[in-house]
Amino acid sequence: MADFLQIQGVSKSFGPFQAVRDVTLSVAQGEIFSLLGGSGCGKTTLLRMLAGFEDPTAGRIFLDGRDMAGVPPWARPVHMMFQSYALFPHMTVEANISYGLKHDALTPAQRRDRVREMLDLVQLTPTATRKPHQISGGQRQRVALARALARQPKLLLLDEPLAALDKKLREHTQFELMSIQARTGVTFIVVTHDQEEAMTLSDRIAVMDRGQVQQVGSPTEIYEYPVNRFVASFIGAITSFDAEVVARDAGFLTLHVPDFGGQVTTREADFAPGTRVTLALRPEKLVISKDRPPGNAVQGVVKDLAYFGKDSLYRITLASGALVQAHAVNQARGAAMVADWDDQVWLSFQPSAAIVLGG
Amino acid sequence: MGWFHRRGWRDLIIGLPYLWLVLFFLVPFAIVIAMSVATKTPTAPPFSFGGAHPWVNLSTYQRLLTEPLYLRAFLISLTNAAATTLFCLGLGYPMALALTRVSRASRNILLMLVILPFWTSFLLRVYAWMGLMGKSSWFNQGLTSAWNWLVPADWAVTSLPLMHSNFAVVLVMVYTYLPFMILPLYASLERLDPILDEAALDLGSRPWQVFLDVTLPQSVPGIIAGGLLVFIPAAGELVIPTLVGDAATPMIGRVISDQFSQARDWPMASAVAVALLALMVGPTMLYSHYQARAEGTK
Repeated sequence: MADFLQIQGVSKSFGPFQAVRDVTLSVAQGEIFSLLGGSGCGKTTLLRMLAGFEDPTAGRIFLDGRDMAGVPPWARPVHMMFQSYALFPHMTVEANISYGLKHDALTPAQRRDRVREMLDLVQLTPTATRKPHQISGGQRQRVALARALARQPKLLLLDEPLAALDKKLREHTQFELMSIQARTGVTFIVVTHDQEEAMTLSDRIAVMDRGQVQQVGSPTEIYEYPVNRFVASFIGAITSFDAEVVARDAGFLTLHVPDFGGQVTTREADFAPGTRVTLALRPEKLVISKDRPPGNAVQGVVKDLAYFGKDSLYRITLASGALVQAHAVNQARGAAMVADWDDQVWLSFQPSAAIVLGG
Repeated sequence: MGWFHRRGWRDLIIGLPYLWLVLFFLVPFAIVIAMSVATKTPTAPPFSFGGAHPWVNLSTYQRLLTEPLYLRAFLISLTNAAATTLFCLGLGYPMALALTRVSRASRNILLMLVILPFWTSFLLRVYAWMGLMGKSSWFNQGLTSAWNWLVPADWAVTSLPLMHSNFAVVLVMVYTYLPFMILPLYASLERLDPILDEAALDLGSRPWQVFLDVTLPQSVPGIIAGGLLVFIPAAGELVIPTLVGDAATPMIGRVISDQFSQARDWPMASAVAVALLALMVGPTMLYSHYQARAEGTK
């Protein structure tokens, strides 16, 4: 199953610029797989190679066991939902959806049924005879989805599917996309720069940077167990400190952290004593208190705080001058906040909450 | 503020084109219409509004519709203009499409080459064609060799009779009006989103189907605009048929000119001009209709 889509050592260069470097990935059938990264990380180029718009400079792509090399875009069982939707402005919603179907051996009645089924799937039956400029942005997005799904592709490529929608519509559409994927069983490859979008939509995520895949994993793995500083800082907020391994024993690692002016204990990781490492702490894993708690703790002064309603974000300066972000959920209603501006506070964390990265 | 009145300036700016249109089109056109219902006289100017009621002489229009000379001239003009438009479209469309597909730098150079002929006098270019089509020119001789090579030996000729033919008229008109086809076509093709082509490819269409399904329908306003810019002046063309044409197949422009200057039948010349304009109103309205529709889809 995991061999449904195989990308083997794929690279793509445009002149001297290497857009994609030696990417190897495999995607299972029916999975929602995201390519996540900033602009210029190579995710879109990789997507265009899957669609057949670009040929890899090196490497091969297999879809359902078939080598895709030299297969033109029109002959691939792969359809794309474009970021700008790319609806044909001179055709009605219905004609847009049925456009690809003319290449299939269908009777007019079968084609009509298929279009009706698609309109139903995306709840656009009332707008079937309108032109794209006569419907809303959210509706256009659904027409693009229906058009790409109409020919029952093996692979659906979604280029920033939610980027053009406003925040409220985005959340709703996210769940709709997931439910449509579950109903159709089509494998989705989503390109996005939005980590939240990738986290909620995907079964697995490949985080890309400068043409290379940095890490592949489930949203939880990527968030809780990033493999390097790039992934750790790209997904969610994090504060990093330089540290050195002092001792490794009995499932624990003791680190000397200069910014903390002392030692902290974390869960065991594969680093020998003397190794320089990075200690990374997510804001929500830090506990703020007035009194010194047992275990890993460091003292600081609240420099900044932002109240969001359900939670608050604190920016705390340590004695070394380092700035740490910490989140606190506002559990009690109307209760005084844990700390105020310029308060002396203690930050503490569980050994298992810390992320230790090489370098 | 006084003289600087925003509304006043706006009205003036909007009013100027109208003023222009009234002074230099509507008033002269009213004169032409009036002249077309006048009576030809051997005076100077050679027409008068006959004394009796209703002061309007419709016999000129009656002659226009019944004498074969005029109908034939109209027919020749319309077929020549239609042929010119079709050839311009056939040549111009690929050129305009190519202009949208090349790099920005070469696009500017190529666009300049399209309008470069306008830097030379139009008459000079027509004379150049007369030279090219002459019996002893390399152009004519080259075509003659090709002709002799293609056809059976007993059809062989020493030179092709290119000059003073309807062929020459259409050829020179195609040459002259080609930029008027390319530029509006380019303007409409350039606006098309190349992503749409990719979307059609992605949905299973081969490149030629993409052209038929996506590019061509969206360029219809450009085709109509270019077609009108070629068809309308070509239908009334005077200089080209006079210089390279054949006296036996007169175009309507030549008829108008002859009636004015040689026959001194100003009412008839005016009537022909009015009829030509009436014929051109149809296609122009078609264009406005498409223009309005195209604007509606944005």
